[in-house]
Amino acid sequence: MILTFVEQAAGRPDRSSLEALTFARRLAAAQGVPLGAVLFGPAAEVAAAVLGAYGVVEAHLVEPAGLDAYAPAVWGRSVAQLVGASPPTVVLAAGTDRGQEVLAYAAAMLDAPMAANCIDVRPGEPFEVTRQRWGGSLLEKARLDGPVRLLTVAEHVTQPEEAAVPTTVSISRFTPTLSEADLRVRVIGRVAPEPGKVSLADARVVVGGGRGVGGAEAFSELEELAGLLHGAVGVSRVVTSAGWRPHSQQVGQTGTRIAPDIYIACGISGAIQHIVGCKAAKAILVINTDREAPIMSRAAYAVIGDLHTVVPAVSAEIRRRQAL
Amino acid sequence: MNILVCVKRVPETGGRVTLSADAREIDTRYLGFTVSPHEECATEEAVRLVEANGGSSTVLTLGPEAAADQLRAAMAIGIDRAILLETDGQDWDPVATAAAIVDAIRAEAAAGVQYDLLLFGNEAADSGDFQVGIRVAIALGLPCINGVKSLEIKDGVATARREAGGGWEVFQVPLPAIVAVREGINLPRYPSVPGRLRAKKKEIERSVPVARQAGAAGPEKIRLSLPAESEGRAEILGTGADAAPAVVDLLERIGVLA
Ligand SMILES: Cc1cc2nc3c(=O)[nH]c(=O)nc-3n(C[C@H](O)[C@H](O)[C@H](O)COP(=O)(O)OP(=O)(O)OC[C@H]3O[C@@H](n4cnc5c(N)ncnc54)[C@H](O)[C@@H]3O)c2cc1C
Ligand SMILES: Nc1ncnc2c1ncn2[C@@H]1O[C@H](COP(=O)(O)O)[C@@H](O)[C@H]1O
Repeated sequence: MILTFVEQAAGRPDRSSLEALTFARRLAAAQGVPLGAVLFGPAAEVAAAVLGAYGVVEAHLVEPAGLDAYAPAVWGRSVAQLVGASPPTVVLAAGTDRGQEVLAYAAAMLDAPMAANCIDVRPGEPFEVTRQRWGGSLLEKARLDGPVRLLTVAEHVTQPEEAAVPTTVSISRFTPTLSEADLRVRVIGRVAPEPGKVSLADARVVVGGGRGVGGAEAFSELEELAGLLHGAVGVSRVVTSAGWRPHSQQVGQTGTRIAPDIYIACGISGAIQHIVGCKAAKAILVINTDREAPIMSRAAYAVIGDLHTVVPAVSAEIRRRQAL
Repeated sequence: MNILVCVKRVPETGGRVTLSADAREIDTRYLGFTVSPHEECATEEAVRLVEANGGSSTVLTLGPEAAADQLRAAMAIGIDRAILLETDGQDWDPVATAAAIVDAIRAEAAAGVQYDLLLFGNEAADSGDFQVGIRVAIALGLPCINGVKSLEIKDGVATARREAGGGWEVFQVPLPAIVAVREGINLPRYPSVPGRLRAKKKEIERSVPVARQAGAAGPEKIRLSLPAESEGRAEILGTGADAAPAVVDLLERIGVLA
């Protein structure tokens, strides 16, 4: 069997988990084994019921006694014990914070290997995976050996796709055996998101600024353009390291991943660690003095010039047209 | 309070990456080296915590002799001690890396050094395995919090926050504990010139890690490749301020100008 850890909120499976399930179903078909899922938390049963559309035949609802909150070691222990109960060949999860974390716990507890952020897998002996390194700017082909193999599926690579023939999901409940130590790490509180703020990850327009902006004050030019376009400002790491802007605005491997309709990258050279954060943009417009900057080969459009003249001119042109 | 920070030496790549002839490594002939931004922040956090609470900080890496540079960089901003688990330069998989770190921590304990806090990066910059900290935690029986962007230590308890769904999740664990941090938890300082000079003179404690013989291994790298990207040439809309009307035409065309 192949077991997939499915994350859900209010009875709806997360999109990343549906991507992972689609990936898992193809692997299950290639290996000729059934597809199972493991779910946690309130409303897990509601979420489990819809997984037949994705080819799941067996869903395990984990009910850790007296624990509703997210607790990574408890969830990892539960997955590890489910594996022990009916050995699946492969355990999968989405490459999300929780997916990586729960699977890493399960792998450590099982003393089994885990490959993070896979985009492809070739079952067989040896079992080969292709996985992302450097946040996705490099790929690695690797062997994954062991009686049970754990892997996470890189987000936004596989499109979620329902099975040609839906299956009937048989639902069972599982209560893990936990130690005091498993229970130590758990969510004890939450802080809700700020209401009404355009989040960088969801913005339709992102105006990006890099070293070429030259200092903290000059960001007002980018703020103005972003405001006119109801977008957000994103920055490179040079900008956050210099303290010109907070890290929450950083785009890239160690920052936020954005997917706007257009990313207007001003004074940014296009290091691979920045590109992995913005390559999901539908279009990139570069504003740069250097027509040889590496980002040019990733961009659909470019303006060659000093951003301090180009950006205010674009804002002025938008205002002029809006006034007509 | 005693803090250990684990960092990994990685190449500092720029706009383009080229691979070695056997496609097993990045071609580093023209590159410098660094550690992950997450680990730079973990290092800074260790220095701040010791500044605030007293005690001592130690940086540890498993890597080639040249990784001494990364240890010195950490000492230059105020880390007190450095430990190099010296390899022959071959990559160690995350299972083996975690086991070697566990051995080193046990050796420290045997010599009378106990750590209250072990800081890791959330993931290594190059391999991005997302597991070394958790494997060390399970082996040592310590609680572990990942993805941490704010950390407070008070009366032997660590309170940590991480981002989740646009808001925050709060965790709390007793020390000793492992915390894997993300960039953004702090703004690392630049090393001062005297700091750098001091670090140059400091001793680096070296040992040779023993590879683990039994149990899990991997993932085992076969070869690297560059993802197929649609590389093209950007359409030049114009030069300087004169390009503004063409830019706004484009914004109208793709429908982002209300
Ligand atoms: C492990 C690791 C992780 C990293 N993670 C990230 C990350 O998450 N995000 C990130 O951004 N970086 C990240 N980096 C850093 C990255 O490698 C680059 O150093 C960084 O992205 C460069 O920022 P930049 O493009 O602003 O600066 P530069 O590379 O210095 O480029 C500045 C650009 O501005 C142009 N310019 C200068 N003046 C003007 C002007 N007046 N008008 C127009 N153009 C001008 C120049 O031609 C140049 O192209 C990471 C690095 C490592 C090693
Ligand atoms: N070779 C190494 N030496 C020391 N610490 C390491 C090494 N590899 C990984 N780590 C630590 O473990 C964290 C997670 O790594 P990984 O699981 O490989 O993504 C890193 O951010 C480092 O803090």
